[in-house]
Amino acid sequence: MTDNKLINLENISKSYGDNIVLDELNLYIRENEFLTLLGPSGCGKTTTLRIIGGFETPDQGRVIFEGKDITNLPPNERQLNTVFQKYALFNHMTISENIAFGLKIKKKSKEYIKDKIKYALKLVNLEGYENRMPDSLSGGQQQRIAIARAIVNEPKVLLLDEPLGALDLKLRQDMQYELIRLKNELGITFIYVTHDQEEALTMSDTIVVMNQGYIQQIGTPEDIYNEPKNAFVADFIGDSNIIASTMVEDRLVNILGTNFPCVDTGFGRNQPVDVVIRPEDIDLVKPEDGIIQGRVTSLIFKGVHYEMDVMANGHEWLVHSTDLFPVGSEVGLYVDPFDIQIMNKPTSEDEEAVEIEE
Amino acid sequence: MKVPLNVKNKMFQKPAKDSDKEFKIGRVNQVKLLSFPYIIWMVGFIIIPLLMILYYGLTDRDNNLTFKNIALISDPINRKALLLALELSLISTIICLLLAYPLAMVLRKNHKTSNSFIVLIIILPMWMNFLLRTIAWQNILEKTGIINSILQFFHLPTLNIINTSAAIILGMVYNFLPFMVLPIYNVLVKVDKDVINAARDLGANGRQTFLKIILPLSIPGVVSGITMVFVPSLTTFVISTILGGSKIVLIGNVIEQQFRLGNWNTGSGLSLVLMVFILFSMAILSKYDKESEGSNLW
Ligand SMILES: Nc1ncnc2c1ncn2[C@@H]1O[C@H](COP(=O)(O)OP(=O)(O)OP(=O)(O)O)[C@@H](O)[C@H]1O
Ligand SMILES: [Mg+2]
Repeated sequence: MTDNKLINLENISKSYGDNIVLDELNLYIRENEFLTLLGPSGCGKTTTLRIIGGFETPDQGRVIFEGKDITNLPPNERQLNTVFQKYALFNHMTISENIAFGLKIKKKSKEYIKDKIKYALKLVNLEGYENRMPDSLSGGQQQRIAIARAIVNEPKVLLLDEPLGALDLKLRQDMQYELIRLKNELGITFIYVTHDQEEALTMSDTIVVMNQGYIQQIGTPEDIYNEPKNAFVADFIGDSNIIASTMVEDRLVNILGTNFPCVDTGFGRNQPVDVVIRPEDIDLVKPEDGIIQGRVTSLIFKGVHYEMDVMANGHEWLVHSTDLFPVGSEVGLYVDPFDIQIMNKPTSEDEEAVEIEE
Repeated sequence: MKVPLNVKNKMFQKPAKDSDKEFKIGRVNQVKLLSFPYIIWMVGFIIIPLLMILYYGLTDRDNNLTFKNIALISDPINRKALLLALELSLISTIICLLLAYPLAMVLRKNHKTSNSFIVLIIILPMWMNFLLRTIAWQNILEKTGIINSILQFFHLPTLNIINTSAAIILGMVYNFLPFMVLPIYNVLVKVDKDVINAARDLGANGRQTFLKIILPLSIPGVVSGITMVFVPSLTTFVISTILGGSKIVLIGNVIEQQFRLGNWNTGSGLSLVLMVFILFSMAILSKYDKESEGSNLW
């Protein structure tokens, strides 16, 4: 990834009738970046991607590609390619005809096209499928053909709209690695859409968390996970305990009546805040060693850890631990000061959709 | 990068149902049972009449095997009637296709709600009796008919197309156009918007997208449209009788006359010839249909 801004979205707004889908969205994508748009269903991810791809024009704002305004350029004149969510293969053509489509339009020589088909099929691990028809392939294979069809055109940017959405867990994980490998091999920019937070955390250089047409936070996966900017991001990225609290003074927060040491400063005295504590950051200890005490109310085995609910100070705390504490046992809860994430409370609903400068 | 992730809960997967298989077997029997009325219908009203035509067509009045009935197609009058029928139905089919395809494209682009209205307008004439509609055209086109009355009122030259091939073609197009529009429209609306977007994305302009994606994907609809217009046009005798007068005789009229005169053997023999032509044209069409699904349209 370089610092060179490849695509710049400036003040993009888009509505369908009364439904405001995107509101003054600002975002840039750097060369060679793996950028993921992450958010719940209907938050405007696909719409953003379609505006970049040229299938929708924004009501307001500009799309800048390498310094040039391409807002009104039709898709066939843009130097980027799209992998559609439902593959969108040409069912009346063989696999090699599908892959060759873009190259034939560009009037490449027969030799060149032949080489490219071979190369692309090798890249997606589907050698020997040249003469098959798309509907004789499995979902995952069709998806890989869709990717092959896009990359033979050597786009500067590849747009991928939930490309793994239709696949089962195992295949999805395999394809995640394939995609990362592909991206490294090709050295191009990926703009990736998903509503699966795990997928976003594993694959991306940068994650853009969206909600209701607003960008909630932009950052690296670590930033987003460890330092969510607001309750929405914290809640959307993984399980977490989000508790309305009061900042007593610098480095001390009052959570449900008990003071917890923390590391944050600059919030002022007796300021209402939201506190985020990840379930794996709560240590269950002997009652006398904990900051607060509680009782285990439920226990589920999750494979690599146990998930427990602990009732303490009138709140159900979600705790992940590899140690087993049976239901009913008295435990102490200890949280390291570094693991307490303090966030400003939104004062209005609009502010929940904060715009963030990176 | 190391980020703790949730592990999906694998403990609660439902076991596959045992009853699935039994259910399937039960269904097959049920389906067979449901098709029973249709099978009776088919045997009684399609297979048996076809066999009877075959029998009459290949025998003479004394039930002796003969090819004379079929050979009658080479009679100058019959041959002329067949060729004219082929020509007129071919022209009507082409006109229908030229009218229907653009209309279906427009319908595809439009919003769904206004579509059902337009489709209704296309289908509406079909709710009226076929004979009535054709007679209405006769009244409109007649020498002293509606069009000519209006033209005369404005002192314009009158239109003399009644009892000509043109009138018959008009009747065929008017009556059979919906059968061309609907199948084409049906395949076109099923073309996924993102398939078209994908073609654009890969560099195709509007024309290329149409020629390489939309047109080949719509061939099955075009083929069934052609069949549904060409076959009834080729065999019609009602339209040619009403709009063609006594001067223009199509093969349908010849066959109808033979049956009317009691010459079942001749009528059946000529019908068999006509059937061969229809089967032949359908064979060509279905081959073309298969090809489009395969490849080689480049
Ligand atoms: N063509 C359209 N006409 C009207 N409304 C639309 C259209 N396309 C999208 N919308 C609306 O825009 C909003 C955002 O849609 P979008 O497809 O961008 O969501 P998304 O984030 O991709 O969601 P998902 O994860 O479900 O794919 C939705 O409320 C949707 O109903
Ligand atoms: Mg979407």
